[in-house]
Amino acid sequence: MTTVNTPSQGLETASASPPAIELRGINKHFGPVHANRDIDLVIRRGTVHGIVGENGAGKSTLMSILYGFYTADSGDIFVNGTKQNITDSRHALALGIGMVHQHFMLVENFTVLENIVLGAEDSAFLRPTLAKARAQLKQLATDYGLEVSPDAIIEDLSVGQQQRVEILKALYRGADILILDEPTGVLTPAEADHLFRILRTLRDEGKTVILITHKLREIMAITDEVSVMRQGAMVKTLQTANTSPTELAEAMVGRRVLLRVEKGPASPGKVMLEVKNLVVADDFGIPRVKDVSFSVRAGEIVGIAGVSGNGQSELLESITGMRDQTAGTVFLNGQPLSLDGDDGAARARAAGLAHVPEDRIRMGLITAFEEWENTILGYQDSYGSGPGLSIAKAKAAAKEYITKFDIRPSSPELKTANFSGGNQQKIVLAREMERDPDVLVIGQPTRGVDIGAIEFIHNEIIKMRDEGKAILLVSVELDEIRSLSDRIIVIFDGQIVGEADPATADEGTLGLLMAGVTEHGHTPGPGTLPDHVTPVERSLTEMSPKDNSAKDVSP
Amino acid sequence: MSVRTPLPRWVDVALLPALNVILAFLIGGLIVLAVGQNPLQAVGIMIGGAYGYGLGFGYTLYYTTDYIFAGLAVSLAYHAGMFNIGPEGQAYVGGLGVILVALALNGLHWSLMFPLMIVAGALFGAFWAFIPGVLQAKRGSHIVITTILFNFIAVSLMSYIITRILKPEGVQSDESAPIDAISRIPRLGEFVGLFGRSPVNLTFILALLALGFVYWLVWHSKFGYAMRALGHNPTATRYAGISASRMIMITMALSGALAAMVAVNNVGGVQGRLILNFVNGAGFVGVAVAFMGKAHPVGVALSALLFGALYQGGQELAFSMPGITKEMIVTIQALVILFTGAMGDMLRIPLERLFARGATESGT
Repeated sequence: MTTVNTPSQGLETASASPPAIELRGINKHFGPVHANRDIDLVIRRGTVHGIVGENGAGKSTLMSILYGFYTADSGDIFVNGTKQNITDSRHALALGIGMVHQHFMLVENFTVLENIVLGAEDSAFLRPTLAKARAQLKQLATDYGLEVSPDAIIEDLSVGQQQRVEILKALYRGADILILDEPTGVLTPAEADHLFRILRTLRDEGKTVILITHKLREIMAITDEVSVMRQGAMVKTLQTANTSPTELAEAMVGRRVLLRVEKGPASPGKVMLEVKNLVVADDFGIPRVKDVSFSVRAGEIVGIAGVSGNGQSELLESITGMRDQTAGTVFLNGQPLSLDGDDGAARARAAGLAHVPEDRIRMGLITAFEEWENTILGYQDSYGSGPGLSIAKAKAAAKEYITKFDIRPSSPELKTANFSGGNQQKIVLAREMERDPDVLVIGQPTRGVDIGAIEFIHNEIIKMRDEGKAILLVSVELDEIRSLSDRIIVIFDGQIVGEADPATADEGTLGLLMAGVTEHGHTPGPGTLPDHVTPVERSLTEMSPKDNSAKDVSP
Repeated sequence: MSVRTPLPRWVDVALLPALNVILAFLIGGLIVLAVGQNPLQAVGIMIGGAYGYGLGFGYTLYYTTDYIFAGLAVSLAYHAGMFNIGPEGQAYVGGLGVILVALALNGLHWSLMFPLMIVAGALFGAFWAFIPGVLQAKRGSHIVITTILFNFIAVSLMSYIITRILKPEGVQSDESAPIDAISRIPRLGEFVGLFGRSPVNLTFILALLALGFVYWLVWHSKFGYAMRALGHNPTATRYAGISASRMIMITMALSGALAAMVAVNNVGGVQGRLILNFVNGAGFVGVAVAFMGKAHPVGVALSALLFGALYQGGQELAFSMPGITKEMIVTIQALVILFTGAMGDMLRIPLERLFARGATESGT
């Protein structure tokens, strides 16, 4: 594979100062894997620079080298025009490079302020540091619109707010160049929009932002320049204004990709899954699903749209036997499903309900297991008669799925943790789809999955539908819901607030429904704050995702 | 901060434990030196005492038998994500099952008595571990706490039963009536001359079978699959429809049954009676054995052999070198436990650095 390097010379004239980051000929091997090949990259100061590529393209490795997690085998790093040998993350920070990780590194039971000073205390006494940090935080908040209450406990904050704390942490340590690794993977659309506003402000204030993502929409929306990586090499760097999602997708995957889902009309049959008056509480006993009833017919895909945290997760978990129900009944093929006890999922499976969970790492897979062992999770009792496990049979099934779903690398004995997100998702999908279930419940089918795999997964879901399966789909990606579903149910605050036909419903109407705004006017949810008086109160309200979504999603 | 590279497998399973043991012996040697004795001579006596002659080796294998069972008990629960620190108490209560069936059917030929004692001991030991299992499964009481407490309860309960109920009239020491010679588990020395009159008996064979059984159970059975799933990821276990509460209760019962085999070895074989405090810490050594053996039957077998040799060699040493007291031997054993168990990963990071400098392992 050859490397194409296009640090656009014409742009250099725009800013005479040296680029914030320049990488030259970076190489990194992990054993036989050549994770980064001769990478050249120029990131100009005061820009938002996107780095896109499929999982395993080498984006994270490259950023880890920049942040001092790894040392490059060869190549040079220039920060602000000076050659640097970054040895560890402390060194990177000293050079003004800060990183916001995909998984937050926060102490859950500390306050925002305590988290921000953690590891950056000036002395053994905490008070002066905290006072200084408080003042600085106020400054940062006004400068960049990063309002977070300094005394809030982390675990009480929404995911979007926690991410703001991570950004504040980096800025407090003097970061001038911010690396964000898949920042929107955990955010609601509204929170993501808020994040982008913050990033724009940061850029306008002269900071440099590097955004790692594989969502092309985000690249188009926020970046100034975008670099595409594929199989460890830098394919090209483009001006965002002069490119299109199609061009980027092609560069990422190396072939033409269909960004839209092709599907024929649905031909719904009899009702396969019926939920009646379901009430479900969360781990703290707070009701999250409030008297929900709906049904899914054979041969149709019903999508549940909603801002995350409005009861979708609890709904899915209770239907599939992972969470106790407070009230209500689930009918499968007309028969009531007994889901009591902590093995309810086994009975649901036996009745013909397959489940692709929202969070594959936490629920759908045992990452410490070898791949073949995850191929039989939930179906382990059907491998071998008697108490013994038929490993040969399980491995044969694993190999079959690997071929059928193009799971890479094709080694059933590899630890599941070593597969990329997309391939892990394929392991789960293969397992659940290949049992010929009557009903398939899917949560976030393409979360953290790269473009090539998304296309494949969407097609498999459509294929299941066309085979006459009833499919219930939950996703935070509104696009996904709209393009896959035959019918959309909108959930807000644990209740179904509306139903829409994806062919006719526009994003604006759906957004309003998702925010709890019905024809009868605004329905305040539990997270909504009253009308604000002061500017601080106003920005506090903006941080509340539920209320926020009303403003952001509307056209 | 830098990313850690995992160690090659052979370093992890062989070199690291070996280095830990050597380190423990080095420090033990310094202590021996400090009291004015020759450490090399001491090591020679220890090894000679443990492996050098048939009788000594027989004793080593007798201790090894206890440690294998206790180590397997801890390992099994560990695979299901539970830390059973109660083999001591479970073995002790298991002894009650063994002696009750043995005294009830006293005089029965050992070939019939042996399986009966196994079953009775297993049931009692399983029961003693089952209660903490239920408490964990139904009430969320932490297994570490409950199994520790159940060790104490076992001591009090058994003291009462032995001294007030089982102790025959006119016997001075705190022990039950003896089992007839014909009903006792025969010593290996009766079949293999090498072992002489050493206490190692047929239970050792049972221990070898148990090693194989646990290997099969953990890695080749549906139950073991569910158990390991629970140990790695309880949420995914619920997703898979595996009842965690059921798994916890059954696994704990099995673990207790394994621990109770220590009682079969001692009550049914070596001592032929139920003696006060007969377990003598073997249950606790099992925790160290399981950890050093990485909860794998092969590792458990090897580390049980090491601890068996330490115990036997140590006794020999205390006998041959009067300058080295029994307490000193306990100190050396404690050092081995300290370095292989509690501080087992102390050398991991330096080794990782060492190996990372060479060829790096793959993986991002």
